[in-house]
Amino acid sequence: MKKILLMGSPNVGKSVIFSRLTGVRVIASNYPGTTVGYTRGTMRLGGEKVEVIDVPGTYTLDPTCKAEEVAVEMCADGDLIINVMDATNLERNLNLTLQLLKKNIPLVVALNLWDEAKHIGITIDEKKLEELLGVPVIPTVAVTGEGILHLVNRLPEAKLGQLTYEDEERWHEIGRITEQVQQVTHRHHTFLERLGDASIHPITGIPLALVALFLTFYIIRFIGEGLIGYLFEPIFNGLWAPLMMKLSAILGSGGFLHNILIGKLVGGEIDFVESMGLLTTGLFVPLAMVLPYVFAFYLILSFLEDSGYLPRLAVLVDTVMHRMGLHGLAIIPMLLGLGCNVPGTMSTRILETRKERFISVTLMAICIPCAAQLAMIVGLVGKAGTRGLLVVFGTLFLVWIILGYLMNLLIRGESPEIFVEIPPYRLPYFSGLAKKIWMRIEGFLREAVPFVILGVLIVNVLYTLRIIEFVGKITAPVITGVLGLPREAVAALMVGFLRKDVAVGMLSPLGLNLNQLVVASVVLAMYFPCVATFVVMAKELGLRDMILSMLIMIVATFLVGGVLNWVL
Amino acid sequence: METVNLTRMKSGDRGTIAQIRGGRGMKMRLTAMGIRPGTKITKVSAQLMRGPVTISMGNTQVAVGFGMARHIIVGLEG
Repeated sequence: MKKILLMGSPNVGKSVIFSRLTGVRVIASNYPGTTVGYTRGTMRLGGEKVEVIDVPGTYTLDPTCKAEEVAVEMCADGDLIINVMDATNLERNLNLTLQLLKKNIPLVVALNLWDEAKHIGITIDEKKLEELLGVPVIPTVAVTGEGILHLVNRLPEAKLGQLTYEDEERWHEIGRITEQVQQVTHRHHTFLERLGDASIHPITGIPLALVALFLTFYIIRFIGEGLIGYLFEPIFNGLWAPLMMKLSAILGSGGFLHNILIGKLVGGEIDFVESMGLLTTGLFVPLAMVLPYVFAFYLILSFLEDSGYLPRLAVLVDTVMHRMGLHGLAIIPMLLGLGCNVPGTMSTRILETRKERFISVTLMAICIPCAAQLAMIVGLVGKAGTRGLLVVFGTLFLVWIILGYLMNLLIRGESPEIFVEIPPYRLPYFSGLAKKIWMRIEGFLREAVPFVILGVLIVNVLYTLRIIEFVGKITAPVITGVLGLPREAVAALMVGFLRKDVAVGMLSPLGLNLNQLVVASVVLAMYFPCVATFVVMAKELGLRDMILSMLIMIVATFLVGGVLNWVL
Repeated sequence: METVNLTRMKSGDRGTIAQIRGGRGMKMRLTAMGIRPGTKITKVSAQLMRGPVTISMGNTQVAVGFGMARHIIVGLEG
């Protein structure tokens, strides 16, 4: 199959064009390095099926880092390259284009962000540019789809570039071309630009970041609690519970099948958290307790991603992150990890060195609970007021800082400085935003619901076979002695390997007091990540570093859990 | 013309990059983003405690770590 490569500098819209061409849905955001792996898709071109590859962004073909090296290698087996350019930054983008012209692979240029360029007073004579480069140049607005059809129609015209120049003369040549095709009209600063500058100045930026943080928490809680209180709980309590009670009666209010499907009745009623049946807890936890918060979280995160705020936040927190052997950009994987550790772990690829990636992956696995787990902790510990929640999240935050500081001292390797392009603020396109949120929700439903149900099933099997009782006896010295939890809590720790949300839910029937709940929540958050994260971590870190990471995790968990139990 | 390194410029100051002192790798990374001798820049901001420096050139804004910024020598305008 013929291969078409989408290549260009970071954050020029390659992934959006990829989506438009192939119909494959991918996450696209407004910061450099959103795409960390290769996404492949296919499209029809003149009755022929061709493969399209979304290559991570690179500023140059003289590789300056690992990610760029891979992009350059990739370049060798393309049959056609679509070079996506940012029309608002013609000069800098031409640097890559001129290098691609020397690759002897047919080329087409998509001059993207065409609307934004016009809007800020940049006029580009695309015909003239086409003439100078000797390859087709098509203006596009990927987010609205403008120009995409034209781009596809002209793909067959792709050809080798006509431009010849000496490498030393490249920037000179770029200057010559830019002068001939681009006109810039002077204009006043827009509101978004002023806001952009304000949010990267320390004096205005730090207060703005705090406001953003506060608003984020507030909105997530408002939406999450609202959806639970006014939509999901009424549905489950009013409609689903009576139905399940009927089923319970049909099944004879007890017995093996009843226990699997409905679970235990609590005071003759179904308790959606404690019953532990596939059709009760198995559905209630993912849909009515977790989903509302997952939705609210991704709504805010997606908005922040598309607005262009995250790289600015990265610059603001850079100094603090340096103490942890990371640089500011590492805040982006951490935020993604708060949604789900799996994409969070993968996105650590935007960091350059082994040391940075090891520290960030380990910190995330230990200190960053995912949205599902967060929702359950808020639901369970938050019932007794905010004090417990403050202790849980305060502890995790402290451990994050201290562990990062220690790992920076102990782990050998380099921690390079931040070097990142700050994209302009953009108002997110509603359709793009909605699509991205839906993709993430769908991903959650597809992966979470089956795993939660499997988790609930395993809980039942473990109890029935008395395995939990047995393990509880063996581990009692640690669970009870060090952590101050009842033996039965070991069941939650076992299920935590599979799904952390179910595990937190399993603490509910144990009758723990607030301090025990706090200890158990912190321990569950810190110790082994769920199986999906575990697999991705192993892949990203390699065996040796994975073992080291797990050792750090075990020591940290029991140390922190023990200290908490002792202090509280 | 007075030249200073990027960290010594005040926010809002303009200038033209005169020289990049540093290894080949660093020069290549900076050049790939269009930061090279002759580029006209404006310093946008600097973070406290030797934090990164943000500069703008054309329609691009870039944040550069403090250490790297020290190696970028700028000729001040006016």
